[in-house]
Amino acid sequence: MDVNDIIKPENMVYSKTPVLTSTTMHYCPGCSHGTVHKLIAEVIDEMGIQEKTIGVSPVGCAVFAYNYVDIDWQQAAHGRAPAVATATKRLHPEKYVFTYQGDGDLASIGTAEIMHACNRGENIVVIFINNAIYGMTGGQMAPTTLLGMKTATTPYGRTKELHGSPLRITELLAQLEGTCYVTRQSVHNAASARKTKRAIRKAFENSALGKGTSFVEVVSTCNSGWKLSPVKANEWMVENMFPKYPVGDIKDL
Amino acid sequence: MAEKILMKGNEAIAHAAIRCGCDGYFGYPITPQSEIMETLMEEQPWETTGMVVLQAESETSSINMIYGGACCGKKVMTSSSSPGVSLMCEGLSYLAGAELPCLVVNVVRGGPGLGTIQPGQGDYFQAVKGGGHGDYKMVVLAPSSAQEMYDFVDLSFELAFKYRTPAMILADGVVGQMMETVELRPMKPRLTNEQIIEKYSSWATTGKTPGRKQNVVTSLALDSIIHEQLNNTLQAKYRKMEEDDVRFEEIMCDDAEHVIVAYGCMARICESTVEMARKEGIKLGLLRPITLFPFPTNEINRLVPQLKTMMSVELSAGQMVEDVRLAVNGRIPVNFFGRLGGIVPSPDEVFEAFKKAINK
Repeated sequence: MDVNDIIKPENMVYSKTPVLTSTTMHYCPGCSHGTVHKLIAEVIDEMGIQEKTIGVSPVGCAVFAYNYVDIDWQQAAHGRAPAVATATKRLHPEKYVFTYQGDGDLASIGTAEIMHACNRGENIVVIFINNAIYGMTGGQMAPTTLLGMKTATTPYGRTKELHGSPLRITELLAQLEGTCYVTRQSVHNAASARKTKRAIRKAFENSALGKGTSFVEVVSTCNSGWKLSPVKANEWMVENMFPKYPVGDIKDL
Repeated sequence: MAEKILMKGNEAIAHAAIRCGCDGYFGYPITPQSEIMETLMEEQPWETTGMVVLQAESETSSINMIYGGACCGKKVMTSSSSPGVSLMCEGLSYLAGAELPCLVVNVVRGGPGLGTIQPGQGDYFQAVKGGGHGDYKMVVLAPSSAQEMYDFVDLSFELAFKYRTPAMILADGVVGQMMETVELRPMKPRLTNEQIIEKYSSWATTGKTPGRKQNVVTSLALDSIIHEQLNNTLQAKYRKMEEDDVRFEEIMCDDAEHVIVAYGCMARICESTVEMARKEGIKLGLLRPITLFPFPTNEINRLVPQLKTMMSVELSAGQMVEDVRLAVNGRIPVNFFGRLGGIVPSPDEVFEAFKKAINK
């Protein structure tokens, strides 16, 4: 039996969605981005909306999201994706428009844009990757960095006195009347990835129903920034990130 | 007879946007241009042409909304005044880098900082030399009447799409606020989504249909070779604009021995100065650049051999005068007269300054 005997439709248990390109990802081993990209691509494929979906990529590690998910993309300035998506959706109400943003992009420099897009209840989907650090620029403190966490700009650990406390922006956004679905998920094991996929699907479906803004936070790992192996990073995340950023639905109208 | 209505320059912008098939306006209130969005909201074009009008949370957001709309191949615009346009400079750089067409109206007030709400022309450098980061230019049109405020909306979109570049209408508080009769041009329909796909499917994010490559709008190119090529493409466009799309108006320049260069409201004022000079037998003419970029450098070159002096008259400390001097290149004296703080000089004041300068 050779490989061609094994690769037969009846033996197929998994195949890569064609919405995910075959480009080798630039992400570090163990990084959550790749998994989340795959889940988004699968949802787009399963809903049959590749032609109708426009993604807005951030500044940060996911700036190159367009290399991996085979849809039309707009690359936004740092933090401005929700404003870019607002106009895109309003000018194309029949399209599915989503932003994909990290914690620096969404919760620091882009705070005004995300607050107001959510408050207006733009019918967009927001995927928020929270790994508590700036990955692309080399591991500096993010607004979501935990107290005590060492980063390139908090070499002795983040302190409340010097830097303020970690920002739980997802809870803030859930307070706004424009959001219809606000959830926090993770992708550190198969079960959590499946749940995240369901959340992403629901968010896209809400968009078609015109219910308002759907916001999916994914508590994520940054192995390079955290200086931990993939396995250790997952453990560290469960132990340290989850108490501050508990997983589950915060709002579901 | 075409319909003529008395209106402010700012209102003319709004009516022109609706009537020229603009798809979306995104803006933030700021004096002295708030009438633009106020008029649009009053007219409710979403009920008639389907044009989207939205008040953004900041100028930073409105310029990025423009970015999103422009990515889709839509005709989109914003308007603001000086401090607001400073906030938009990040977005303008991204729009230029991503080669996106759009219109930004700047009804300039006095600066720097919060400055004054009175008219100014101190944003010439910001508009013409860049403003945001990197090597980029925009088409910059300078209206001097309410009619031009109206007409330049359509013209700006035409040039913006021709070159896939942001275009700016650089007006001033006088042109924005003064009331004049404006002839409304015939209605142009908005492009349908199908027409946009047909025209711009090579680059616009209209949705990746089977068989078409994915469209990605970005200004990012980490590979140095590719990034230099991207910059060369931009520069080639700017050179092409300089060849093909310079616009200016000349008044009494044919036999002129002296020429005043002025744009916007100052050109209107200097027209009277020219009349005064002519009555006194001084052969003074007026060159009014209509495009500040591309600048009428060649026309200044052509005029220089017949001239004794030139003078730039601006509501600034002397900005456009630098471009005049670059064009003249030391062959004749280039004088300057300007007022600051929102003070608009009278034709007499300009005439006195002119006489003083030529008799120096």
